[in-house]
Amino acid sequence: MTAPPRVVVVGAGPAGARAALAAARGGIRVVLVDGEPRVGGQYHRHPLAEPGSRRLHPLERSVVAQPRIEHLSRATVWALEAGPRPGSHLVHLQQGSADAAGRTQRTLVADALVLCTGAYDRVLPFPGWELPGVVTAGAARALAVGQRTAVGRRVVVSGTGPFLLPAAVSLLTAGSRVAGVYEAGKPSRWLRNLPAALRDGGPALLAELASYAGALARHRVPCRSRRAVVAAHGDGRVEAVTVARLDARWGVVPGSERVIAPVDALCVGYGFLPQLELPLAAGCLVRDGRVVVDARQATSAPGVYAAGEVTGVAGPVAAAAEGELAGLAAAADLSRACVPAREAAAAARVRAGRRFAAALEETYPIREGWRSRLTEDTLVCRCEEVTYGQLRDAVTDRGADAMRTIKLTCRVGLGACQGRICGRNAADLVAGLLGRPPADTLATDRRPLAHPVRLGDLASGPDGPPATC
Amino acid sequence: MRVLGEGVDVVVVGGGIVGAACAEALTRRGVRVLLAERGPLAGQTTARGDGRLLISDKPPGPGLTLAMASLRRWPLLLAALREELGPARAACEYERKGGLAVAVRAEEAAALRELAAAQRSAGADARELTPDEAIGREPHLTPAVRAAVHYPEDARLQPVLAATALLAAVRARGGEIRTGVHVLSVLTGADGWVVGVQTPDGPLPCGAVVNAGGPRAGTLAEAAGASLPVLPRYGTVLVTAPLPPGTVRHTVHGTVAGGPPVVVGAAPGGQVLISSGRRRAGADEALRADDLRALARCTAALFPVLAGVPVLRAYGGFHPGTPDGLPVIGEDPRHPGLWHAAGHAGAGVALAAATGELLGQLFTGEPPLVDPEPFRVARPGLGLAEEENRCP
Amino acid sequence: MPLTVYVDGVPHPARPGQTVAALLLATGRTAWRSTRHGGRPRGLFCGIGVCHDCLVAVNGLPDVRACLREVCDGDRIETQDGATLPGPAGERA
Repeated sequence: MTAPPRVVVVGAGPAGARAALAAARGGIRVVLVDGEPRVGGQYHRHPLAEPGSRRLHPLERSVVAQPRIEHLSRATVWALEAGPRPGSHLVHLQQGSADAAGRTQRTLVADALVLCTGAYDRVLPFPGWELPGVVTAGAARALAVGQRTAVGRRVVVSGTGPFLLPAAVSLLTAGSRVAGVYEAGKPSRWLRNLPAALRDGGPALLAELASYAGALARHRVPCRSRRAVVAAHGDGRVEAVTVARLDARWGVVPGSERVIAPVDALCVGYGFLPQLELPLAAGCLVRDGRVVVDARQATSAPGVYAAGEVTGVAGPVAAAAEGELAGLAAAADLSRACVPAREAAAAARVRAGRRFAAALEETYPIREGWRSRLTEDTLVCRCEEVTYGQLRDAVTDRGADAMRTIKLTCRVGLGACQGRICGRNAADLVAGLLGRPPADTLATDRRPLAHPVRLGDLASGPDGPPATC
Repeated sequence: MRVLGEGVDVVVVGGGIVGAACAEALTRRGVRVLLAERGPLAGQTTARGDGRLLISDKPPGPGLTLAMASLRRWPLLLAALREELGPARAACEYERKGGLAVAVRAEEAAALRELAAAQRSAGADARELTPDEAIGREPHLTPAVRAAVHYPEDARLQPVLAATALLAAVRARGGEIRTGVHVLSVLTGADGWVVGVQTPDGPLPCGAVVNAGGPRAGTLAEAAGASLPVLPRYGTVLVTAPLPPGTVRHTVHGTVAGGPPVVVGAAPGGQVLISSGRRRAGADEALRADDLRALARCTAALFPVLAGVPVLRAYGGFHPGTPDGLPVIGEDPRHPGLWHAAGHAGAGVALAAATGELLGQLFTGEPPLVDPEPFRVARPGLGLAEEENRCP
Repeated sequence: MPLTVYVDGVPHPARPGQTVAALLLATGRTAWRSTRHGGRPRGLFCGIGVCHDCLVAVNGLPDVRACLREVCDGDRIETQDGATLPGPAGERA
């Protein structure tokens, strides 16, 4: 091989951008691939440009200024394959306007891969969650921050986790009235170990959270814990929601139900689900729904590193530290050089981030009582419109006991989203029905085709590895 | 068959479509069955198939004969299951939608007509269509089509539903089904007869074993000291976004410009499944982009409208292949009491109905529905003749 | 420079960089697709391209995620009922 080695970084959020910069500074050529038009990911979402303005985020400016980084925007990696050398991969991607036909097909050879594919909101199903106007907390925030558009005029926010607060604040900024923020968990658990939270989360993050709480208080937004939206109502769109008090298991406290009306949007988020397609396609070990990495962000697959929310959710600062460490490690491994000082500094920040992620999970666990809110005809799979009753019949009447066969028996997770929204929920429901987890919980996460590709584009793609690599 | 005081008459190894069909056919004949599956039921090859019941892709010979018998047997079997279990538990999306084989190039068109003529003389219903008639039946087909053959008997079903329905019948008749049971080897008594199977949790006594282990059938046979040349082959399937009903009406089988043969057909949910008629040998289960591209190219050439449709999913699975492409069905002469129902080469779902029935008939000494000779273990095509001579 | 796009044939002003979903919400719609089994209305849900609930047809090509797709001048945006096939004038990227 004569060409200098190349790292392909997938995802240009805080982790991916930092990984690309760190690897490039280590003298390695980097290709940074991301679906969005700009660097920044979901955290640093760019406001819709005013005419003529082209302000760059500092992270984006650094990426643009770094000559060893080729940034492929509006590009999605749809498959990974073993490459010509040990530890190398073929990266199949398409570039162009989202879901258009005729996007450019390219295959890159990556000597090392850094996967920073991020995470998306988890939503637990409840009666009425399929009504238009019910959106994820992340959708409301992306729309408010990135598009300056409010998802509704009178909005309720519900779910669990600290991310509900910035979502609610973004709604206020976009001009919505927030009729209430209902946190199913008990965030006061934080107070038990505030020094540790300060140390691991960093003062900036806690100050940020405090500022959100302050903004909500100024707008007199009711914020309640141990409460959640347990049903949404409306004819053709959400018009009202039922909020109830929850017991320690998240069962509804009888008699505590209260209807809030009118509302025209409901934002829900129960933590995040890592985007696992590419790590699984690369053969990375995944445990508890997260990619397992070592102290240098290396996964179990040779030549593959992972950083950011695919490894656990701890906020953008921790994600950036993981990204930097992954980029340094990938560059060092490829050039057989060593940059111990910077690696050590980044590694210390990463360790703090991991403790913070663990504390977040401990503070905002998902309790099994959510399953009791599902009725016979509550949709579990939105795409294929599979109800809880149909899922249950697949297990009890057909004796299907693995996610792969349950999918094929009742069609849960077989639709357009390929189980991204319903897979984890269905696996949890099945575990409740079987009295044990199904043998193959990862079956709904395994998607060798990581993104849809138009058949004609697939047909037009170049065969084999690229001639110049 | 020997009836034991304890244990069951037969342990069926493998909870896929073939094991389920064998267990169904045996329990229907009053045989006491325990089905042992290492993983989840219908979770391996059966869950990765396209569910097509085809004669269109079978050249004349014993394979076609078995396929014809199986395609005729499926609706009868499903009707009986409906009667026994009720419509909901027996439902498996069976649909006799018919098959269409098409060719675009002149030499492929000639080969197609020749194949159809040979299939007709073997008793198959293979009707030649003019290109206009083919497009009348399948409106989105490329106008470049030169030759087409209609196979009214071709059908499809959902393999996991079919397997679970067969297993429900087995349970209803008192058969036992156990998952998470890894059968390590076959136990024999002093006289060489099967007395049970060995599992990590101890032996399961039985009078006979049916090896329906799919791609792993060769491993069990080996462990039983009766090697069987069943080797895994890898096939790939593409699944499109849901499309309007009638976009692809038949199971269309075609070759375009020398590419691999593709099989294109719609599932009841509207998604179109595209699979390859060609499979890769070996144990490598990585999906290859070149395989997907080749499938996409041929499909877009056959159905130009599909070029704009998103492919949502790609998956692959192992199929058990044999050197002569025919399954092995029957008792192993080297190992009395060990039966095989394996090596269906990607047509396990199509051939399961006849395979189960044939195995049941041979087991109880009834007249067989097809000539069992071409499927026996000791046929020359498997290359085991020498061993057979050594161990009569 | 404001853009003009057509939503079910009706012209609407749009901003560069605006997503189809943001534009549709701005026109007062919450739903722009119906499901193929139940005919249920759907619109934005995850907002970041994961759930495929917000599918819409753009310039005759169905199954476009409205939350990801940025509008172009002259785009013809059409609501999507159930499963649909690409129109004869399938657009290019």
